[in-house]
Amino acid sequence: MDVFSDPANLQLYIDSFLMILKLTGASSLLALVLGLLLAACRVSPVPVLRAVGAGWVHLFRNTPLTLIILFCFFGLYSAVGVEFSDDIHVNNYWLAVTGLSAYTAAFVCEAIRSGINTVPLGQAEAARALGLTFAQNLRLIILPQAMRSVVAPLGSIVIALTKNATIAGVIGVAEASNAMKTLIEARGDQTIAIFAVFALTFVALLVPVGYGFSALANRLAVRR
Amino acid sequence: MRMKRLAAVAAVAVLALGVAACGSESETPGTPSGESPLVGKATAGTLKFGVKADQPGLGLQTGSTYEGFDVEIAKIIAKGLGGDPAKNTYVTTVSANREPFIQSGQVDIVVATYTINDDRKKKVNFAGPYYTAGQDLLVKTDSTIAGPEGLEGKKVCSVAGSTPAKRIKEQFPKAQLQEFDAYSKCVEALNNGTVDAVTTDDIILAGYAAQSQFAGKFKVVGKPFSSEPYGIGLKLEDKAGCNKINDILKAAVADGSYKAAWDATLGKSGTPAPTLDVSKLSNCPA
Repeated sequence: MDVFSDPANLQLYIDSFLMILKLTGASSLLALVLGLLLAACRVSPVPVLRAVGAGWVHLFRNTPLTLIILFCFFGLYSAVGVEFSDDIHVNNYWLAVTGLSAYTAAFVCEAIRSGINTVPLGQAEAARALGLTFAQNLRLIILPQAMRSVVAPLGSIVIALTKNATIAGVIGVAEASNAMKTLIEARGDQTIAIFAVFALTFVALLVPVGYGFSALANRLAVRR
Repeated sequence: MRMKRLAAVAAVAVLALGVAACGSESETPGTPSGESPLVGKATAGTLKFGVKADQPGLGLQTGSTYEGFDVEIAKIIAKGLGGDPAKNTYVTTVSANREPFIQSGQVDIVVATYTINDDRKKKVNFAGPYYTAGQDLLVKTDSTIAGPEGLEGKKVCSVAGSTPAKRIKEQFPKAQLQEFDAYSKCVEALNNGTVDAVTTDDIILAGYAAQSQFAGKFKVVGKPFSSEPYGIGLKLEDKAGCNKINDILKAAVADGSYKAAWDATLGKSGTPAPTLDVSKLSNCPA
């Protein structure tokens, strides 16, 4: 375990998990917003929007995340020229957030859509009979109930996203899996200890998240 | 690309299994006569060599075959131990799993751009060095970067977690370091202009520069800023094997097979064969 008694190694370890949290934070916010929009598209009365929503979900949900993140670097940045910053580290961070958000939004969209299906059809019909438009109907009647029933699945998505954030390492973001590789390269004699510390840190981070979302889901559940 | 990732996944899986299995293994290091167990394995044709799979010119896997300078050295060793080089088994090793693979017996000998250093000497035995590399830069042919000092504000690429990446962070913090999981991605990024230089050992860079699809596009700057003696890793207990391999290397220099191995692989990049200083073959414990 003395690999972590070296302050430089300890700092590397802490920074790498802070990076995981930063990636997860930004990506979950973006994915939630994007997922809501996609879910709205998928249940909208406009065929083009429905097709866009379905296309997004099928494309991103069925593509390996590693490829999506690599595409963000070699496609979006190298080939197309999308550049968030002159600083390579900031740029890679936002490229990774882009990829993670696009991917996770597909799952968020499907979770929310399943939540929409839990709202009895009569409610939407009643709202429409009162003269509410599609947008009003969604915003005032359906989504408030739908969101309350998908807290638990959204929690699972956040947990998956936190672990997926390690894939940002393929384009050089200094996150936990890269830090682990660096430490293993430096101290090949302590591979198992290093591996165990990183694995347990993820567990320690995510178990409370799981319990938190369960408690929240119970509190918010719509009693029918 | 896909094959490489598969191989990496397989290597990790094998590593995990190996870790689980170690301790249960019944090893017989060194036979009573003081002869290395490697000799028996060579005669039986069951020698397993750990080599790199993604480094052109050194250890490159194409389908199920491996080729490169490290592989040629492995053939020389197998022959010197009294075996048939055609019966060698090659196993892909990556930088992080070389010590565990040797310790758990998943490979007998590692010839995989394996820098000799004191930390590693606590875990494994090193014969050699059979080559001394140095960290250098690969740039486009028309680049103005003339050495590591020229990296200020430039984008330089290396593999995450590697020693060259660490050295750039520590000694040249003004360079912007892009990290990937494999040098092939760095070279691709250099080719499309996303990064200005790729850095690792000069011998590895020469291998990329010599690849036919990049012919004439890249050059190695030629100002190495480190010294990386490449050793041949084997079990810590196997002192006899270590000395035996050094003797084989000496003989290979004398009979020209060392130069032939170079000419058939890295020599194709135009770099003349290095002269191996046999007096430095002194890493075996006394």
